[in-house]
Amino acid sequence: MIHFVLLISRQGKVRLTKWYSLYSQKERSKVLRELSGDILSRGPKLCNFVEWRGYKVVYKRYASLYFCMCTNQEDNELEILEIIHHFVEILDRYFGSVCELDLIFNFHKAYYILDEILIAGELQESSKKTVARLIAAQDSLLETAEEQANTISNMIVQATKK
Amino acid sequence: MNPFSSGTRLRDMIRAIRACKTAAEERAVVRKECATIRAAVSENDQDYRHRNLAKLMFIHMLGYPTHFGQMECLKSIASAGFPEKRIGYLGLMLLLDERQEVLMLVTNSLKQDLNHTNQYIVGLALCALGNICSAEMARDLAPEVERLLQFRDPNIRKKAALCSIRIIKKVPDLAENFISPAAALLKEKHHGVLITGVQLCTDLCKVSTEALDYFRKRCTEGLVKVLKDVVNSPYSPEYDMSGITDPFLHIRFLRLLRILGQGDADASDCMNDILAQVATKTEPNKNAGNAILYECVETIMSIEDNSGLRVLAINILGRFLSNRDNNIRYVALNMLMKAIAVDAQAVQRHRATILECVKDSDASIRKRALELIFLLVNESNVKPLTKELIDYLEVSDQEFKEDLTAKICSIVEKFSPEKQWYIDQMLKVLSEAGNFVKDEVWHALIVVISNAPDLHGYTVRALYRAVQTSGEQESLVRVAVWCIGEYGEMLVNNVGMLNIEEPITVTESDAVDVLEIAMKRHTSDITTRAMSLIALLKLSSRFPSCSQRVKEIIVQHKGGLVLELQQRSIEFNSIIERHQNIRPALVERMPVLDEATYSGKRAGSLPPTVSTSTGSSLNLPNGVAKPPAAPLVDLLDLTSDDAPAPSSSDGDFLQDLLGVDLAPIPSLSGTSQAPPSGTDVLLDLLSIGTPPPVQTNPSTPIISSPSQNSQTSVAPLERLSSLSSPLSTQVSSPAGASPIVDLLDGLSPSLSMPDNKAQESNFSDNNGLVYPSIVAFQSGSLKMMFSFSKPPGNPQTTIIQATFTNMSSNVYTDFIFQAAVPKFVQLHLDPASSNSLPASGNGSVTQKFRVTNSQHGQKPLAMRIRIAYKVNGQDVLEQGQINKFPAGL
Repeated sequence: MIHFVLLISRQGKVRLTKWYSLYSQKERSKVLRELSGDILSRGPKLCNFVEWRGYKVVYKRYASLYFCMCTNQEDNELEILEIIHHFVEILDRYFGSVCELDLIFNFHKAYYILDEILIAGELQESSKKTVARLIAAQDSLLETAEEQANTISNMIVQATKK
Repeated sequence: MNPFSSGTRLRDMIRAIRACKTAAEERAVVRKECATIRAAVSENDQDYRHRNLAKLMFIHMLGYPTHFGQMECLKSIASAGFPEKRIGYLGLMLLLDERQEVLMLVTNSLKQDLNHTNQYIVGLALCALGNICSAEMARDLAPEVERLLQFRDPNIRKKAALCSIRIIKKVPDLAENFISPAAALLKEKHHGVLITGVQLCTDLCKVSTEALDYFRKRCTEGLVKVLKDVVNSPYSPEYDMSGITDPFLHIRFLRLLRILGQGDADASDCMNDILAQVATKTEPNKNAGNAILYECVETIMSIEDNSGLRVLAINILGRFLSNRDNNIRYVALNMLMKAIAVDAQAVQRHRATILECVKDSDASIRKRALELIFLLVNESNVKPLTKELIDYLEVSDQEFKEDLTAKICSIVEKFSPEKQWYIDQMLKVLSEAGNFVKDEVWHALIVVISNAPDLHGYTVRALYRAVQTSGEQESLVRVAVWCIGEYGEMLVNNVGMLNIEEPITVTESDAVDVLEIAMKRHTSDITTRAMSLIALLKLSSRFPSCSQRVKEIIVQHKGGLVLELQQRSIEFNSIIERHQNIRPALVERMPVLDEATYSGKRAGSLPPTVSTSTGSSLNLPNGVAKPPAAPLVDLLDLTSDDAPAPSSSDGDFLQDLLGVDLAPIPSLSGTSQAPPSGTDVLLDLLSIGTPPPVQTNPSTPIISSPSQNSQTSVAPLERLSSLSSPLSTQVSSPAGASPIVDLLDGLSPSLSMPDNKAQESNFSDNNGLVYPSIVAFQSGSLKMMFSFSKPPGNPQTTIIQATFTNMSSNVYTDFIFQAAVPKFVQLHLDPASSNSLPASGNGSVTQKFRVTNSQHGQKPLAMRIRIAYKVNGQDVLEQGQINKFPAGL
């Protein structure tokens, strides 16, 4: 089980946090502080695993961002690396070669995508195509709702003008 | 447009925050945004709720408080449209955690959305429930989720499956409802549903043995078949992860099979073929393939024995271990730890490679490898392995030294084939990383040295050499100082030379040099200095030529700021100056330390209290020739055959023995508790400069109820004897007694005499006021005894010693005693002697506390108590009231 997912920039800024286990707000900021220190200071050639408080944090750096997932000792670290990669590939397809700025300005979309990949700290979907399709369907629901809202407000504007 | 709504868009706010150059600027922007959002919240603005929530989430990620947005999430979830619900659920998951009561309010909305006609809304609700549901919500909504496991759209089924995992983890009782719907998911073709379905079955097996039996009997064959199809399926780009089709599905199948095969020969048999196929056919070039192989190896190791498969698995691990990718090496080490239990011999074959990993530049790998090596050590390989590790200790990183030192010490202690080797290795470790060595390790070393009479000379010479080069290692210095004090003449005269040794010339003053340096080095702590001081006293007698010099060194510390050192230097100076005749007897060599007692004590196997008989003997008249307490007898090495074996074990035996336990409080209590030890003169000797006993742990408890607390009373005895063990030998002969009393004369009669008088009068006071001990509280298995004493001159205050005994057959851990008193009473609790209470009355916990009754004589004492502890991990709480205190308290 994945206990939390963190996206941390090379400067230590938090770009996304998702908690699947119980952590109070205080604990969350402590975890962030501890882990960003541990992970950002590691050299490039070292292994992608950090042992931390009886758990294992698997991280991988993509460009300026560190993707970190915390799992139990007995979980398969290599698989977690694949899950991270899976997530990155889906983000990449969605944003069209994703960069840190995409994730800053569209952080909510990154969360929506993550919610299609993980629930309760477990993997939900192994097909990138399916995830993309589901996200697209929900985005279009959003657009139609906006259009409707526009037409309604237009109608109200028109009505009040008369 | 609403003129009151916040004007900036989300994008603009993010830009503004990113443009901030200082934290203060950022705070200002955030504060302004929060203010407008609050205003919008209080106005119940609906048009911009969406945008405000998004802003809040961003602000939350920056670490600012956003609790005022929580209700907005609920409102947003409760609105009809998909966009509002989507952002509302996201906010719910981000801004709230499952502890917040607000969450209860969302249960109803969730229930409605789980039954919504729009499947995407159902999906949102399932996702939120899966990520944050609490036990209550799990109970309320489990039927909905269970129903959704059969929903027409597979994307809802997979979400429902993961949601079910959260539910059964929160409420394991609900597991049985999910067993058959979960089994149905295993027959699906959709990968998402299969992945989540298999995961659900795995988690069901973990929480319910019923589920495990069910899946084992009915699904093992089916699973093997599906996995076979997956393994043999043609390339499919949709599920491709670097050339492997859906590694996630492979891994989940292997994991479920592992649980089903563990402990069941039939199920294990059933999966042999497919495991062999996965192990041999998976492409090991990419991470995805290795992830599958890793999982497969773990399954092979866990299921029932099949030697052919295990050879295969060990070979895979061997390949992993020689891989150049650090990740792969890390998991190989991890897996080899588990493989040791299965096939230790096979793992031993990789010892050399693992040893190399201990020296890796990667801390994660080093740590794994070190732990693995630790498991690989046995009698036959301990010598070469220890040598390698110690060699590495010299060059390893500072932060790794602590772990490495602890492991080396533990290996050496556990497997050492002979004493000389043990001593050699420990000296190497001490010289290399003495500052990382834990106290009990060098204590144990001293015990071993003391028990190896033929190596005394060798050891002290080796230590002398080591300390010349590695004088900065504190614990090396301590051991050296102790040994030079004890065996100094062997150092100087090259006594007991071993063949392998090169003779060295050390003069008497060289030996004193070592001690003087240790004494004066500014980094030496008080323990080291105290040990040096005692060693100096010993040398003053063994090396008459240096006696004057030793005296000068000791005199320098007469004005020291540390009370203990000051006091000892005064005493020692007086011994050197005025009592040459008894000095040799005083500073005789320490008796051989009892290895069995010490190791037993380290293991904590001895009961923590001394039998009452020992305690009661404390009541013998003062000043008798035969010291009463058994440990004392033992320490003093008197030839009383009937002396019981020492059974004290709590407190740090060796530290006590060495007299180096110099924390101010114990030392004060030690001296002030000395009176009942039965050697008046010792008391006198030690009471110099001691504050009146009232301020410390008064001696009275021991007088008034000798049986109660043997721990605290014995510890000081040990301490006492440590400093003066030869001294008390002297005491036992009537002739020797008087000179010792004389010791005080030249010092400060004005200081010591009133003390003595005060104490004497205390005794008479106390003897007049003895309160009976009471059983203050007794439940089914727990008994609490109170015994009372009054510090002299303060009738309002009572010192209560609570003794807890556990009559049940289970150990109580996390034992906490709490007490509450009426307003007119003040209560001061000291720490308990332990927080775990051994079973079957096999020892007890004591806790001392002081109550001051401001209405002494008018109102009786009363007390409410609460005792909390854990039995087999279960919390237990006992409460009670105590009214039956003896009168006069």
